[in-house]
Amino acid sequence: MNKLSVVLLLAVAILLLTAMTLVVVPYRQFAAISKEEGLADYTTLQQEGRDQYVSLGCVYCHSQQPRDPGFAPDGERGWGRPSTPGDYAYDYPHQLGTMRTGPDLFNVGARLPEANWHYAHLYQPRSLVPHSVMPSYPFLFERKEQAAPGDVVVKVPGSPTTGVLVARHEAKALVAYLQSLDHTYPSTFIDKLANEESKK
Amino acid sequence: MNGTVLRLVLFTFLTGMASLITLIALLSRDRKSFGPAAARVIFEGKEEGQVEEPASPSTLSALASAAGTHKNSTVLKGGGLSDEELEDRVRADQSSKKPVLWFLLSAVFWLAFGSILGLIVSLKLTFPDWLVSHAAVTFGRLRPLHLNLVIYGWASMAGMASTLWLIPRLAHRPLVQPNFAVAGAVLWNAGVLLGTVSLFVGVTDGVEWLEYPFGVDLILVVAGALTGVPILTTLAKRKAPHLYVSAWYLGAALLWFPILFGVANAPRLHFGVEHAVVNWWFAHNVLGLWLTPFGLGIAYYLIPKVLGRPVHSYGLSMVGFWSLAIFYSQVGMHHLIGGPVPTWLITVSIVHSVMMFLPVLAVAINHHSTMFGRFSALKHSPVLRFAVVGSMMYTFTSFQGSLESLRVVNRLTHFTHFTVAHAHFGAYGFVSFELFAAAYFLLPRLLGREWTKPAWISIHFWTTLSGILIYGIGLSIGGILQGRAMLDASKPFMTSVLVTIPWLHARTVGGLLMTIGHLVFAANIVRMVVGERVKTSLPRAEVAS
Ligand code: HEC
Ligand code: HEM
Repeated sequence: MNKLSVVLLLAVAILLLTAMTLVVVPYRQFAAISKEEGLADYTTLQQEGRDQYVSLGCVYCHSQQPRDPGFAPDGERGWGRPSTPGDYAYDYPHQLGTMRTGPDLFNVGARLPEANWHYAHLYQPRSLVPHSVMPSYPFLFERKEQAAPGDVVVKVPGSPTTGVLVARHEAKALVAYLQSLDHTYPSTFIDKLANEESKK
Repeated sequence: MNGTVLRLVLFTFLTGMASLITLIALLSRDRKSFGPAAARVIFEGKEEGQVEEPASPSTLSALASAAGTHKNSTVLKGGGLSDEELEDRVRADQSSKKPVLWFLLSAVFWLAFGSILGLIVSLKLTFPDWLVSHAAVTFGRLRPLHLNLVIYGWASMAGMASTLWLIPRLAHRPLVQPNFAVAGAVLWNAGVLLGTVSLFVGVTDGVEWLEYPFGVDLILVVAGALTGVPILTTLAKRKAPHLYVSAWYLGAALLWFPILFGVANAPRLHFGVEHAVVNWWFAHNVLGLWLTPFGLGIAYYLIPKVLGRPVHSYGLSMVGFWSLAIFYSQVGMHHLIGGPVPTWLITVSIVHSVMMFLPVLAVAINHHSTMFGRFSALKHSPVLRFAVVGSMMYTFTSFQGSLESLRVVNRLTHFTHFTVAHAHFGAYGFVSFELFAAAYFLLPRLLGREWTKPAWISIHFWTTLSGILIYGIGLSIGGILQGRAMLDASKPFMTSVLVTIPWLHARTVGGLLMTIGHLVFAANIVRMVVGERVKTSLPRAEVAS
């Protein structure tokens, strides 16, 4: 047993077989789960904002997957009920994340519905949350002499008063996306699981 | 744990063990390839009992007596090879010159670039208003750039350089068709460069470890395939009587990678949570079945070769290889513990993560027993220092990883800087240290020259070792504090941020030391390649000239 071809074929076969368990079977299982009934698709603006979220790499500090209350106190922190596969029906690429340098954002739209809070926070997080380590995103805004019609004027606590600060399109889209992050509707998936459990 | 989960755990465990035992039983019918003779295939002529340390010719006899492999500690002329054997060896060692230089020099460049970015990223976490005027220099852009540069630029390319150089040694013949690998290196560089630009401007696939856009993925796959041609043909045409375990790791990795990368990058195939499942199946396998094989392949060759004594137990190394293949390929879901993923899937990964104790133990026994009682040899061999420290880090990180996959531990460490510390212990402390060892060993043989600044090698070793220890230990503490604060819902979220700050500073200090080490390493390599042409005094190279 020392043939190159045997070793390599076996090595490949093992990876393909284990991928059946870890990739193919889950693929079929997830494909069979329908979307949550309370979930709405993103509007064009919200989807644009989601693309901003992806492109700016917010995922490297924020997760989008509240855990079960039996496992961790995510719910008590106000991050929402445990998420289910059906909550992510419109999410591509996925942004579940593995880091919580900042809070989980899966329900931030319900928790912080105010657009101006988000604008000010994105412009300068430390104006609202002292010592935050979240980067500021000044390039999503521009400072003008005075606002044109249709401009979204942003008020940032403690920032200079010369001219006005208006949100660029990217900021509007991003905030629209953040506001859309609301998965507080009841989950049909969790109900179904509970039913199955009680039948047993 | 309820009954269903318990049954699942048992079932998974038994299936895993049964497949491993069946496989080993089938393969070991040929006793020869499992016996001690197979471990000696790395020694030709009278090499067994002879130390080999190209990075430090002046300490060779001290090393020989510390290695204690032969009574009078004499270093034979030609390192135990006859003139004819030596000529063959030199030919094999230098046959991969072009592609190895391409891969290695590029890798070192990407390492320097990637670590400077790592340092900037680290500073950004404590100075969040620094460099924020443009999207391209924000944390969210530079962090994935750092990861991709050090993984695909540094570790992958240096791994392929080491493979290209080791294969002729393992096959006992010169590399066939080296130009394919040169083309592979050029193309791989083009891929990394394009990927870098693309991530800077924010064109990203948006999935951790898979950020490069699809076009770049294709370039990397073609480049990898081109590099695989000479490696696999040389192995197929080998003159060595046995395929040494290093070749198993390196050869298999070369086939595993395109499967992983292809499946995970397939555009528009994945969706929602399934996308996350494939993401972590890939991201963990790229460590376990791509970077780890480089590290282990190198360590399995260098530790016994420098010491001049075969690995402790060759049979064990086979068990280690196959159990790595079976178990490691199923651990990925431990990155989604607590997430919206079915229990059975998470359980399969947790069970296999714990079963990883077996291959890790097999490797640990082999590497550490080969060293046992000879630790003073470390004083005289820079190559051994890097390789042995790397191998210790492998044992440590792997056990740590198995523990991290347990729900009680994961609850605390998941989503925190603890994971980042673990990633660096693995990708840096283990894999990169093995790659450093390989670079110091192979360049003198490849070029027939000496490292003329041994002090620089020491500086590299001590800065990077102290750097990774400060980095890893500091962030592990910071991560645990962060996790504890986050699990205590009575504390505001900001507490979990504030407790990490001092440890984030510590990481910057550690990272600075590592970066200094890398710059010294890079300078040393540039000197070696283009600087003063000091021919080595070793008998081996004299034959070559
Ligand atoms: C370097 C890490 C980091 C990055 C990158 C980052 N954040 Fe944050 N974020 C934080 C931290 C820390 C907090 C908590 C302190 C605060 O509210 O500022 C936070 C808080 C938030 C909050 C408030 C959540 C709450 O429940 O109070 C929102 C909304 C948010 N971030 C959105 C974003 C968006 C959108 C991006 C990408 C453009 C982003 N963050 C990028 C670290 C980060
Ligand atoms: C030279 C000094 C280095 C510094 C200062 C550094 C710093 C960093 C930082 C700040 C992060 C982001 C962590 C976060 O998001 O909170 C990171 C991530 C990462 N780095 Fe490095 N790094 C260095 C070298 C390396 C090297 C050489 C490798 C591998 C070969 C490496 C592999 C990684 C990996 C795998 C991650 C992702 C971790 C995760 O997602 O858990 N780093 N690094």
